[in-house]
Amino acid sequence: MTTLECNPPMDAQRMLADLDLDHFRPSRSTANARRRKDRLMRALFTAAFAVALIPLASVLWTTLTHGIGRLDLGFLTHNMTGVIGGNPTAAGGYGGVLHAIVGTLEITFGAMAISIPIGVMCAVHLIEYARDNALAKTIRLLVDVMSGIPSIVAGLFALSLFSMIFGPGTFNGLEGSVALALLMIPTVCKSSEEMLKVVPDALREASLALGVTKQRTITKVVLRTALPGIVSGSILAIARVIGETAPLLMTAGYVVTTNVNLFSGQMTTLPVYVYQEYSKLSANCPANAGDMCVPTIPMERAWSAALVLIVIVLILNLIGRIVARICAVHTER
Amino acid sequence: MPGNDLQRAAVDEVAVAPIPKGTDPGEARRGRAADRIFAGLAYGSGLLILAVLAAVAVFLLLRAWPAVGGPPDAVDAVVSSFTGGRFASLWGYVPPLLFGSVLVAALALALAFFVSLGIAVFISQYAPRRLVGALNTIIDLLAAIPSVVYGLWGGLVLVPAIYPFWNWIAGHFGWIPLFAGPAANPSRTVATVALVLAVMILPIITSMTRDIFLQTPKLLEEAALGLGATQWETIRLAVLPFGRSGIVSASMLGLGRALGETMAVLMILSPGLKYSFHLLQASQSQTIAANIAAQYPEANGLGVSVLIATGLVLFAITFAVNYAARRLTGKAAS
Amino acid sequence: MGQQIDVNHLNVYYGGFLAVEDVNLHIAANQVTAFIGPSGCGKSTVLRSLDRMHEITPGAHVTGEVLLEGRDLYAKGVDPVAVRRDVGMVFQRPNPFPTMSIRQNVLAGVRLNNKKIAKSDADDLVEWALRGANLWNEVKDRLDHPGIGLSGGQQQRLCIARAVAVHPSVLLMDEPCSALDPISTLAVEDLINELKRDYTIVIVTHNMQQAARVADYTAFFNLKAVGQPGHLEYFADTSTMFNDPQNEEAERYISGRFG
Repeated sequence: MTTLECNPPMDAQRMLADLDLDHFRPSRSTANARRRKDRLMRALFTAAFAVALIPLASVLWTTLTHGIGRLDLGFLTHNMTGVIGGNPTAAGGYGGVLHAIVGTLEITFGAMAISIPIGVMCAVHLIEYARDNALAKTIRLLVDVMSGIPSIVAGLFALSLFSMIFGPGTFNGLEGSVALALLMIPTVCKSSEEMLKVVPDALREASLALGVTKQRTITKVVLRTALPGIVSGSILAIARVIGETAPLLMTAGYVVTTNVNLFSGQMTTLPVYVYQEYSKLSANCPANAGDMCVPTIPMERAWSAALVLIVIVLILNLIGRIVARICAVHTER
Repeated sequence: MPGNDLQRAAVDEVAVAPIPKGTDPGEARRGRAADRIFAGLAYGSGLLILAVLAAVAVFLLLRAWPAVGGPPDAVDAVVSSFTGGRFASLWGYVPPLLFGSVLVAALALALAFFVSLGIAVFISQYAPRRLVGALNTIIDLLAAIPSVVYGLWGGLVLVPAIYPFWNWIAGHFGWIPLFAGPAANPSRTVATVALVLAVMILPIITSMTRDIFLQTPKLLEEAALGLGATQWETIRLAVLPFGRSGIVSASMLGLGRALGETMAVLMILSPGLKYSFHLLQASQSQTIAANIAAQYPEANGLGVSVLIATGLVLFAITFAVNYAARRLTGKAAS
Repeated sequence: MGQQIDVNHLNVYYGGFLAVEDVNLHIAANQVTAFIGPSGCGKSTVLRSLDRMHEITPGAHVTGEVLLEGRDLYAKGVDPVAVRRDVGMVFQRPNPFPTMSIRQNVLAGVRLNNKKIAKSDADDLVEWALRGANLWNEVKDRLDHPGIGLSGGQQQRLCIARAVAVHPSVLLMDEPCSALDPISTLAVEDLINELKRDYTIVIVTHNMQQAARVADYTAFFNLKAVGQPGHLEYFADTSTMFNDPQNEEAERYISGRFG
């Protein structure tokens, strides 16, 4: 503590004389106890982090080790036609994920095509037109709430919508895209809103003062300036929905052949493929089957497909982050 | 500047400006029209968000209606075929599912809460600056792994690996009803599912609480440190109280996520329809979300309606939880 | 050539709040007119109402007339977008578009309006505008570099070139030097002196020496009390304003006794 430099009035001085200030000094033992407690808590917080690392490391490691075995060119270039039990196909492999990769890409692309324009335009409305009026506040709140919709409910919604329009039992890729779009819109809208918020008003004014219309100011200056951020946010949103399984089970369905038509027929995606192989438990190998029949092949395929899925998700995350970093450099200058 | 006159002269040479002056009226009209269309599109997209959310509720209601207002005999028959005869009406069917969803989600939250908070404090208060980026990446990675992969890992790796541990718990703490044995083997139990869900919601709670802790006013922290508080005391006196409402709302978001999680539950849990707290035993509970995914492939038209009716319940609960969480953060921010 | 502006009975409102009351002012063509006055007196608001830039603030509106060479800018059917092409504006802080090169920044006013322009015409326009802004010699070798890579003073002159490139007849400048160092300020002031040959210039400044250096006429805005609307207190040619003001408030302000 600091010493008193001014002269306290007499009363205070007398009181000071009566007070035993040493009495308030922390004793060595309490100081030590506090220090021990501090060290203990530090250890606990560090341990919490270590606890989180265990499942992450385990998931990544087991997926890698179990999945790498069957992951070869044949696995990536074949679909599941002609796969019977644990027997190898006529083509020589044990089936693959070509149809699932095609389905995942098309359905995700469909979801992007629906959700990115809506999400970005919604952000434009919130930031460029509405700012802080009551409607904008409601929309912001509901966008937040919408981002918490369980994915299976999104699936049920798409299912209900399509079964009411096209009749019950409708399965197609677009239905899956609609379900995923519902999950993507809030993420895209929120990240775009953040990015538009960062664009300085000075740029809007500069453009308007040049006699540029508001629409062109927004599209060519504001959105152009925020573009890297919007792209990065959208990629991260895609990475989130590309691994969705439950809504696709009931909307896009599952087939063994490659379906390239988004608008008609069932379509397999990678996560659904992983689930379907997992639920097979094991493949049937009759007694007279040769050595080539592998009863554990479904699990091996599930791990390999999971590995492909994780690699896709991580690559998307990486791209999103790199784009975001480029953006950060720009706004700093 | 003496050079100015020279420069000026040079300017005058090209002073006949190469661009047509003025605006052509057709162009101006097109510009105004584009302005209006664009503003309309943006406005429409904003309204669409509201409309979509309303549509989700309306379509689910419409499709669920046959299960509520339809012929009771047929609905009861569907329910008893779903439950193997255990329940014969929608009103008996939904509550145990709801119980299961809430039980699993609450357990997951209980397991994830302290670990997430610990990690958030670690990242925001203890970790060295240059490590923070790497630590955040690890948390983001945890969030990026698809739920189906967690399900696969939980079903094939965690279930066999964790049996000895649950068995040990059942042996030593079996006198607590929660841990009453015998521990199921394979441990496709509520306890294992809750553990996996805890890992899945951990990054959500962590990243949100971390952001809030980082917003603790420096003044508040320095005031505590200046009084001679240790770092832990500073966290307890300044950081945690400041972030209290944020911690609550982050936990609710995590809870909402756990309530809606489908695949990990579907792929790990051995389902049942009891009101049971025996976490270590199999075939005790089932969640709404996993039940929908499990029954859907075999459901007929009315069966789908029944499942959608349960989905509507899930939608209402997650909506309420998320709404409450966001209102809380909204208040904390203002 | 520059054009003259007549402001008649101009009131500017933000929502229900009257910000500036009853301004009457003649701004001469091809002259520099400076607006001075204490903070909050509405000089920037009046400036922004001359090219209808205040309208981007929700709820802002005016009554009265602003006549550009006799045409009322607030008449029915006048497009604010078209007004802003005739009346250019330069802001307090340099604000080049960060995604564009120096060349693209100069061409922004033309390009953003979807005008097709041949490359040789564009080259001529860029050179003409940059020479007009005294920037050509400094940047002619790096036209494709980003505009935000320039120094603050260069950026502000780039913004002037950008405004000049759309051929306005009037240039409004809202404290164009307040974010610049003294040397850059000098460069911009020299430029203002040259630009008045081709444009009518209105400049808002906090710096009275600057007003005395660059302006031909000076308008002094004031407000009676906080919360009251601002108004035009006194208007005179610059030498009268600074040497022999016929207005007590203006004299007090100029001699540094308040504000």
